[in-house]
Amino acid sequence: MMGNLFSYFYQFADVFSFLVLSAAGLAIIFGMMGVINMAHGEFIMCGVYVTAATFHAGLPLPLAQACGTLVAALIGMVLEVVLIRPLYNRPLDSLLVTWGLSLVATQGTLVLVGSTFPGIGTPGGGFEVGGYGFSVYRMVLFAASLLVLAFVYLLFMRTRFGVHARAVMQNAGMAQALGVRRSQVYALSFGIGAGLAGLCGALYAPTMSLIPTMGASFIVEAFVTVVVGGSSVLLGTAPAAAALAIVRTGLNAWYGQIIGQIGLLIAVILIIRVLPDGFSGWLAKRES
Amino acid sequence: MLNLLNGPQTMGRGRVFWICAALVLAAALVYPAFADPYDVGNFGYFLIWIFMALGLCVMWGLCGMLSFGQTFFFGIGGYAYGVLAIILGNGPAATIVGLFGAVALAGLAAAVLGYFMIYGRISGVFFGIVTLSFTLALAFFLGQTAGPEWAIGRARLNGFNGMQGMSPLSVPWFGGPVVLEETALYYVLVAGLTATYLLLRVLANSRFGNVLVAVREDPERAELLGYDVRRYQLIAFVLGSALAGVSGVLYTSWGQFITPSSIGLPAAAMPIIWVAFSGRTDLTATLVGTFLLLVGFQTLTIYSQETALVVMGALLAATILFVPRGFVVGIGELLARPRRKRLAPALSPDDARP
Repeated sequence: MMGNLFSYFYQFADVFSFLVLSAAGLAIIFGMMGVINMAHGEFIMCGVYVTAATFHAGLPLPLAQACGTLVAALIGMVLEVVLIRPLYNRPLDSLLVTWGLSLVATQGTLVLVGSTFPGIGTPGGGFEVGGYGFSVYRMVLFAASLLVLAFVYLLFMRTRFGVHARAVMQNAGMAQALGVRRSQVYALSFGIGAGLAGLCGALYAPTMSLIPTMGASFIVEAFVTVVVGGSSVLLGTAPAAAALAIVRTGLNAWYGQIIGQIGLLIAVILIIRVLPDGFSGWLAKRES
Repeated sequence: MLNLLNGPQTMGRGRVFWICAALVLAAALVYPAFADPYDVGNFGYFLIWIFMALGLCVMWGLCGMLSFGQTFFFGIGGYAYGVLAIILGNGPAATIVGLFGAVALAGLAAAVLGYFMIYGRISGVFFGIVTLSFTLALAFFLGQTAGPEWAIGRARLNGFNGMQGMSPLSVPWFGGPVVLEETALYYVLVAGLTATYLLLRVLANSRFGNVLVAVREDPERAELLGYDVRRYQLIAFVLGSALAGVSGVLYTSWGQFITPSSIGLPAAAMPIIWVAFSGRTDLTATLVGTFLLLVGFQTLTIYSQETALVVMGALLAATILFVPRGFVVGIGELLARPRRKRLAPALSPDDARP
């Protein structure tokens, strides 16, 4: 009984952390700038590859993961300045530019690194509840997803950058008139979003086989979480991830992974039919 | 109806344009007499993809819906044709039922998905990522159908290896049915593409096409003028997606195989690149640009497919950053400029004033 209950929680936590970690970076960039970063999967892939490379070079895993996160964040900031800045106020065009970038990054990695890369074994071993075995690392991932939500909350609600960012989000012109540098805020936001994507990759690096096209296995979940969640990470992404995780966990348990994914998509189009602005739009409407 | 071939929504209206178009068509018609059958088949292969590019041009360029789902409907059309052609066997009747059945299924899928998205007021960037999510999910789903339990009748889906061995399209002809391969297929493709292009031109300049453009320019204004925007969007979406289904059927029939890799990434990005590069607002530009890109892509692929895809990605980014309206449209406007200057005095706004 205990084992069964914990098993349901464990599976929910596994899906929930996957959705939150893969969507957080995408949601921050979308919420701040209205831009959907189509190269999101490639920032994740970048986090994975840098983590694996530095780990094989001898760094301990947590440090290697920090490297993966930082490299993705830096690349993100540079690309924001070069590619996204000319396209402010043209969200569809920035979507297309980042899609071009995504193709270049995936195929470029295939050319430069090759189609396989040595992986990292999953650390942490297992533990047992009520006769069932579970992986410790999956619980670490769950904790990490909660920490990411806490980090986003503190960053946007408790720091000077957060005040500037929310000001730009509400009224960019007024914020600029008060001395906030919009382009600086955007570059930082894009960097943070790319960094969170890199973190997602770094955290999942020990659980996956490394191929340059691996970004594609994250983006469907990231996209649908952001579509259902809407523009706010805390009010949107987190509840959307929880709701979708419940749907997905149930379907996975009864019908298997692929039905789980298809069911997830059907749930998504049903939800957007009812809540066109996602959870955060619905919550905002209820408050006002 | 013929006077709708020329209108505000399509470039190339002068006599020079139509003479050039007729020359191109004539050259395409005599081409098989001078080339060997393999090259003719390869030339036909390029034409197959242009249907889905024109479909994207209608929904994105005319109506403003950026769908990343062209390969989703391409895949539904292709796989449906494969299943039907395996179950029904060969011969004109069976394969033509396969063709129409598969395109109808793609259209139906577009109607269902489009209903939920368009009537759920999904637009802009979300329209793109929802359609892409469905596309990738279909590719993942078909990729794991390797087991024998994934079969419809005699037709096995075969996972990543894809379906093969379906009978190619054939048509009744004087003196017995003709299987559409190489030269025969080529002529059918030229005829089909010419008809599709001309019909879409008429559609673009008709009342319906003008409403689509009004919706693209400002959906709220169009709605305030009394048009049910969502109905027009849904029709454009179904039409464009059904054209992707046509490409899928033709592709499957052309090579007698289809795999999930024609649906997922990077295949899903290709229609967007063709149409963005060409200039999404114009059918002629899309037709010409898509053809040029397909030829260029195949030439590069001979050396390295990865490099070819890097070039395509860079081309998409460069188009959006430097020529957002598209290269071919830009060139078309340059060509049209001197003529317009000569006409300018007669059309200047001063003359129109009382």
